[in-house]
Amino acid sequence: MYNPYSLENKTVLITGASSGIGRATAMECSKLGAKCVITGRNAERLNETFSLLSGDGHSQILADLTIEKDIETLGEQSPVLDGFVCNAGITTTKPINYIKQSDMDSLFSVNTFAPVILTKTLLKKKKLSKDSSVVFTSSIASETQAPGNSIYAMTKSAVATFSRFCALEFASRPIRFNSVHPGMVNTEMTDNLIFSKEELEADKQRYPLKRYAEPKEIAWAIIYLLSDASAFVTGTALKIDGGVTL
Amino acid sequence: MDINEFIEKFAEIFEDTDRAEFQADTKFKELDEWSSIMALNVIAMVDDEYDVLLKGDDIRGSETITQLFEIVKSRK
Repeated sequence: MYNPYSLENKTVLITGASSGIGRATAMECSKLGAKCVITGRNAERLNETFSLLSGDGHSQILADLTIEKDIETLGEQSPVLDGFVCNAGITTTKPINYIKQSDMDSLFSVNTFAPVILTKTLLKKKKLSKDSSVVFTSSIASETQAPGNSIYAMTKSAVATFSRFCALEFASRPIRFNSVHPGMVNTEMTDNLIFSKEELEADKQRYPLKRYAEPKEIAWAIIYLLSDASAFVTGTALKIDGGVTL
Repeated sequence: MDINEFIEKFAEIFEDTDRAEFQADTKFKELDEWSSIMALNVIAMVDDEYDVLLKGDDIRGSETITQLFEIVKSRK
């Protein structure tokens, strides 16, 4: 059957696969025929994602991406990849008067530094094949301002910037690099924010589509960027935000 | 935990409101300077000073500084 969006015969590494967008991406990729290599730092939850994958040939690697040795091991254990979804991320809500170095250290470590080092490691170890595609999970936070969100936004704009540089430096391979920029998504990360249910409901009304995204709606955009359908797309930032930045 | 100390730290967050306006029974959301950003600052102050994680619902459910103080105290 003709389907340029298929992931048949593609091996895809997904970080942050134990929940949220990462879990949904692993599940949807597996449904479209990919062999998934999933990674996360919580064994139980990662295993839960693993059990939700369709088809066979998948694997899981436990890793804490804030530990450089774990990144190195992940790079070694990873098979040669056709796709890499660099998705693991954390957030915090801190108004500027209360920003601490430790908040920045933990967010930049997971959201920015780990993606850079892991990407470099996979490239150096020749784990990203010719014609492979890398997708970073950034955020509309990289271009919008919400009170308390400065650190998260800085980490997410940094990773989108890195993506564009990768796109340029590896275009000759070719390896494609793009970022996805979701608005708010119904995940645990959103549930754990300090905002009340009423505040989140009011926030949804700012979205022209009047709701937040489901995780798999972000996964579908990631899949487009992984698939051959986006063969001429590199260095781009794809918004999936229900129109909230209009 | 001392209510006066809590009021003091609460008052320090504000720039324009007179210190005398902050009392145990002050309905803080009625202050002119109150805003959603102030709510974030209160939550961050409580996290820093008392190591208690408040959520938006706690602010929503409190009218006076004392009520907020009692929530923080109950979670220490």
